[in-house]
Amino acid sequence: MIIDLPRFVQAEKPYWDELQRVLETVEAEPARRMPLPEIQRLHYLYERCSADLARLDTFATEPQLRAFLESLVSRAYSEIHETRAPFRIAWKSLALAFPRAFRRHLGAFRLAVAVTLLGCAFGWFIVRQDPQAKAVVMPFPGLMTSPAERVAKEESAKADRYKGVKATFSAELMTNNIRVTLMAMAAGITWGAGTLIVLFFNGVILGAVAADYIAGGQATFLAGWLLPHGSIEIPAILLGGQAGFILAGALIGWGGRTSRSERFRAVAHDLFAIMAGAAVLLVWAGLVEAFISQYHQPVIPYSLKIGFGVCELVALAAFLGWAGRE
Amino acid sequence: MKNRERSLTIETPEGVVFSYQLATPVTRSLAWAVDAAAIGVASSIAAKVSQAAGLLSPDLANALAIALYFVISIAYGIVLEWRWRGQTLGKRLLGLRVVDAQGLRLQLPQIALRNLLRVLDMLPLLYLVGGIAALVSRKGQRLGDLAANTVVAHERMWLTPDLEQIAPARYNSLLAWPHLAARLRSLASPEAVGMAVEALARRDGYDPAARVELFGELAAYFRSLVEFPEAALEGLTDEQYVRSALRVIYGGAGSASGITVGSHARLTPAK
Repeated sequence: MIIDLPRFVQAEKPYWDELQRVLETVEAEPARRMPLPEIQRLHYLYERCSADLARLDTFATEPQLRAFLESLVSRAYSEIHETRAPFRIAWKSLALAFPRAFRRHLGAFRLAVAVTLLGCAFGWFIVRQDPQAKAVVMPFPGLMTSPAERVAKEESAKADRYKGVKATFSAELMTNNIRVTLMAMAAGITWGAGTLIVLFFNGVILGAVAADYIAGGQATFLAGWLLPHGSIEIPAILLGGQAGFILAGALIGWGGRTSRSERFRAVAHDLFAIMAGAAVLLVWAGLVEAFISQYHQPVIPYSLKIGFGVCELVALAAFLGWAGRE
Repeated sequence: MKNRERSLTIETPEGVVFSYQLATPVTRSLAWAVDAAAIGVASSIAAKVSQAAGLLSPDLANALAIALYFVISIAYGIVLEWRWRGQTLGKRLLGLRVVDAQGLRLQLPQIALRNLLRVLDMLPLLYLVGGIAALVSRKGQRLGDLAANTVVAHERMWLTPDLEQIAPARYNSLLAWPHLAARLRSLASPEAVGMAVEALARRDGYDPAARVELFGELAAYFRSLVEFPEAALEGLTDEQYVRSALRVIYGGAGSASGITVGSHARLTPAK
């Protein structure tokens, strides 16, 4: 018990001030490795201030002094009890963290692929069964005309439709796709239901467009149009879906004994790596879509566009599958 | 909503307890309004800058404007909260800070996650989803906070009460009985002492009748803790008694302002 508060303060204040100084330096440079004597000193100061706080509990008249000590102790606590390595932006390790995180959660990715394929099948089926459904599922009016007409129009186009707006178009595509991917990830917090809906709906559009063009005998045009950007863009959205399912998995946590907050903590780094990777992919896809995908035969031959798309897909698969394997 | 907590208490392995006072959805939305304004200003500056690029090509200027607005609106929260250890402009102004829900160090992936989940929290408009989540969840977390394991807390700012003002160290009859004074010091509850400090600081603002009643109640509380002999209380009004009691509690004659421990204690230092 403290009898004489001013004396107590006088005796302990140097330690509080010292802890405050040490914390300020530690917080300013989280990546610095402290030498052992400094660590021992920090630990000693932390324990001493903790003890002061505990003693002050019996001397119940000092709310402000308590608040001060509490904030000191809480800051020291967060430095001492943190076991995760301080997060540093190192490009190489970040670039490798992405495929590693992807491989750690292959199940979630497979689920995202399955849901999208299910959507594709559904879109394919409804457009085949009921051509009027096109009006409901097609995302933009350019797709409402019959495929053959559009192909004829695009291939005979003399003027460059996107002349002078290519960069704008590209920026719009990027921001829109990143938004969809973000939504696929964020919607995972609804126990995965939102992610399911986003992915399924994306699949429906894809399936419907594919069904329409293939039925119209324009499979080559379709592949040439979609593959250059789609082979990156669609996997990126699937990665967003994967992130969403990882989040949902952490929220639901079947059969585990860990608490929900521990599960969230465990996946935070992987989610960050996957989302950062997907964003980079979408920037690339946006550039390709505006500058390459919208030009058709005879400007760029279909074989070249399809070949380019396939190369991208193989490169992406190789990167995600093998980069940073130990 | 009934079991909402107003503070987040963390017990360290050493058995010491500290707590964060949680921010309410109202303060948070005020901070958000400031942030929204800041994002607006930043992106209009960005638009001006991209107009300059329009001299080269209007297409590039448009693209730049779209991309910059998008980047600013997403990166604003992430970059500021990372650089300022859990604060944006709005949170700084309102004295809020994002802290880890376990009291550990805040990390970049956590900050990124809580900011990326805004796309969901701001649905369908004006953060309705996030607001409802914050009202319903026990620690006032929106969905992004839940996923990232963070809470938004009030930063502790405090000033030492100026005892010379409210309880000047003149002759204090209670100090003639040091053992009773020590008992009073150990028995008084922090809430009551805090209330007495507040009451004394504002004493001139009260209606006279209310003032007499308030100090009567406070004095009755302090008297119920320790019974001083008649001689010590002679000629003391209730208000004077409360003042003398505070003097005793804050450490006797004269040196009570030895409790000056630095002007502000903050969760982390301002840079």
